[in-house]
Amino acid sequence: MTSPLHLAVALDGLGWHPAAWRTSTHDAADVFRGDYWVRLVQEAEAGLLDLVTFEDTFGPPTDAPGELNGRLDAVLVASRVAPVTEHIGLVPVATTTLTEPFHLSTAIATLDYLSSGRAGWQARVSARPGEAALLGRPAASELSELFDEAADAVEVVRRLWDSWEDDAIIRDVATGRYIDRDRLHYIDFAGEFFTVKGPSIVPRSPQGQPVVAALAHAAVPYEFASRSADLVFVTPSDAQDAAEIVRRVPGPKVFADLVVFLDDHAPAAHERRGRLDALLTEPWQSDALIFAGTPEQLADLLLSWRDAGVDGFRLRPGALPYDLEAITRLLVPVLQDRGVFRTTQPTGSLRSRLGLPPAVNRYATPEGAPVA
Amino acid sequence: MPKQIILAAHFPGVNNTTVWSDPEAGSQIDFASFKHLARTAERGKFDFFFLAEGLRLREQRGLIHDLDVVGRPDTLTVLAGLAAVTTHLGLAGTLNATFHEPYELARQLATLDHLSGGRAAWNVVTSSGPFFGENFRKGGFLDYADRYTRAGEFIDTARELWDSWEPLAPDRDAGFFADTGTFRHAGPQFDIGGRFGVPKSPQGHPVILQAGDSDGGRELAAAKADAIFSRHHQLEDGREFYRDVKARLSRYGREPDSLKIIPGVSFVLGDTLADAQEKAHHIRRQQVSPQTAILLLEQVWNTDLSAYDAEGPLPEIDPQVDAESIIQGRAAQHADRLATAAEWRGIAEQKSLSIRELIIEVTGRQSFIGTPATVAAELDEYVQTDACDGFILVPHLTPGGLDDFVDGVVPLLQERGVFRTEYESTTLRGNLGLA
Repeated sequence: MTSPLHLAVALDGLGWHPAAWRTSTHDAADVFRGDYWVRLVQEAEAGLLDLVTFEDTFGPPTDAPGELNGRLDAVLVASRVAPVTEHIGLVPVATTTLTEPFHLSTAIATLDYLSSGRAGWQARVSARPGEAALLGRPAASELSELFDEAADAVEVVRRLWDSWEDDAIIRDVATGRYIDRDRLHYIDFAGEFFTVKGPSIVPRSPQGQPVVAALAHAAVPYEFASRSADLVFVTPSDAQDAAEIVRRVPGPKVFADLVVFLDDHAPAAHERRGRLDALLTEPWQSDALIFAGTPEQLADLLLSWRDAGVDGFRLRPGALPYDLEAITRLLVPVLQDRGVFRTTQPTGSLRSRLGLPPAVNRYATPEGAPVA
Repeated sequence: MPKQIILAAHFPGVNNTTVWSDPEAGSQIDFASFKHLARTAERGKFDFFFLAEGLRLREQRGLIHDLDVVGRPDTLTVLAGLAAVTTHLGLAGTLNATFHEPYELARQLATLDHLSGGRAAWNVVTSSGPFFGENFRKGGFLDYADRYTRAGEFIDTARELWDSWEPLAPDRDAGFFADTGTFRHAGPQFDIGGRFGVPKSPQGHPVILQAGDSDGGRELAAAKADAIFSRHHQLEDGREFYRDVKARLSRYGREPDSLKIIPGVSFVLGDTLADAQEKAHHIRRQQVSPQTAILLLEQVWNTDLSAYDAEGPLPEIDPQVDAESIIQGRAAQHADRLATAAEWRGIAEQKSLSIRELIIEVTGRQSFIGTPATVAAELDEYVQTDACDGFILVPHLTPGGLDDFVDGVVPLLQERGVFRTEYESTTLRGNLGLA
């Protein structure tokens, strides 16, 4: 039997098409309300999806007055959703360039507690002009430097996640000790961009290591993802390209990104895409392939890319909530009929759902060994 | 109508006030504990829920302190989660102006305000010195003398960012979403510019609390804060603090009601006064284990006293006054070690107290001990006689430490007509009566 597909949805605003907010059944102001996000994620969860990502950038998503040019902090949106969902993975974007690795580490570990082991983090660099000025810092000169810094940030975050052993809290009334401090570890990271002492303030979270993800389109980010991520989102143009990219990102699970406009009838999907494009001065292009068509056509495409070696897909709904509902209510049943997608809620952590091994603590002393 | 009392709930923190050794003490980290305490507070119609902040684990004599609760989840993340399981309760987080930047923190607080429908609050604190800085990019860059300069300019900058958006009026037919959010701030602490990414939140400005007690801290609160988390929980002491701070407001063109004074207090309830006293003593013994007694004594003596017996007499040696402090990461420090030691020796001799008994006597006695009726009457007296405007209650147990207060004391305050029976507003500002 072939391995089943993994399926994720990338949530952003009222959909990925820049004009989607102008035709949505929702008011644009709804994307700044908690219940909007809860309903979207509950819909994705009802469709048995593996995970949702929450898009974010350090600065505003865009400055264009005609587009949805504001956005909430993604880690907090995921945290708002976590207590009212049960199964689905929650993976917010957070940037490494202008933020503190210590704060990132504690926030994602806490999201892992809030979600009982469903947290992930999509690490992103802030390379857009103007973002450094939001903090009064000079812009980095080279993209490769930003990715070197991102790799250090992920390393610090991962060490902090391991800096408490799982059994560090002992509550030993006889000796009056709440923790066994020999099971807490300074991480003593010293790199080119920052030094961080540790340990974390947050005890090791349910997954130990929440899932680290990254979006990658080119050599430098492929290298970053291979080295630092558990899961990489890539943007192939066709099956052959997908096979080539999979070879270039050894290590992490590979999900291919696609923008989707889905309808029962192909002309309806093309027409929706066309109507949105007509609201712009020229048709919208994305970094990912844009698909418009039926669930059967999309299933054919997904299976051909799966055969080229990708582990799963992250679908970016062209319009929300429309294309999300088309994914959960139309595409998922087609994939189930073809025997390539689960029919019941999976149990366990996000790591186990993705087929990642349990995270071994790099600092843990072997059972029975004397504590140094 | 009598003055209405403000009530807030402090999640039990990482000091020896929090009793972890009791059979009823639950997890300090699982979300279920936070949810239980917050929902109990909301059942009691409390104004807000309060979280402290952690930037580094505390150390004593160069070792991670292991006797108190250690570790806690991230403040903002927990508050965003609590927004999902509460509807009216304010959500206040302590967030450091030294190791955050205005753009990011203003964005996070505006996000929390949106996600909670207008219930966000920010307790502004600063840190100086190198200890916490070792976990952050800039290290311990802030001089002690500059801490209120930074806090003040941080608040101003955050307000400029929150004010950078007009209320949303998108026009989908015309294809116009918004053209606001542009800002520029040039000051000694922050020289930043660009566009803010979060539209105006329900409260406009999240509620701002200030916790410093020095002259600079009081002045900062008078100039910029909506509420003070004070430490003055004795009646006379509280009245003096209240007069001092409220008198400063006119300098900034503010009315006395625009700054709320809310001390952090603890409580013990019993069926009778004697029962409450007995419980209070039992809790004090739980809070001060033999090991904790030695540790707290070391904080005054500033040296290793691990060879001493907690059930025995005080050390005959004098405190180390010239050495560097053995404690790191703790707010309270002892100013005059010799004087404190002399005072403690006097008390111990007079009452024949062991080290542990002395520490129980001189540190952290509960603020209000009594039956629900006597405690309700005392709380009311404090507020009606202007010792404060309300209280931040600090329970000693997680997560059930507020249950008996909400069941026993809140109804009596409501009967007295000094505490709400229903929330007046959906926003924290509205419930606090702030503009």
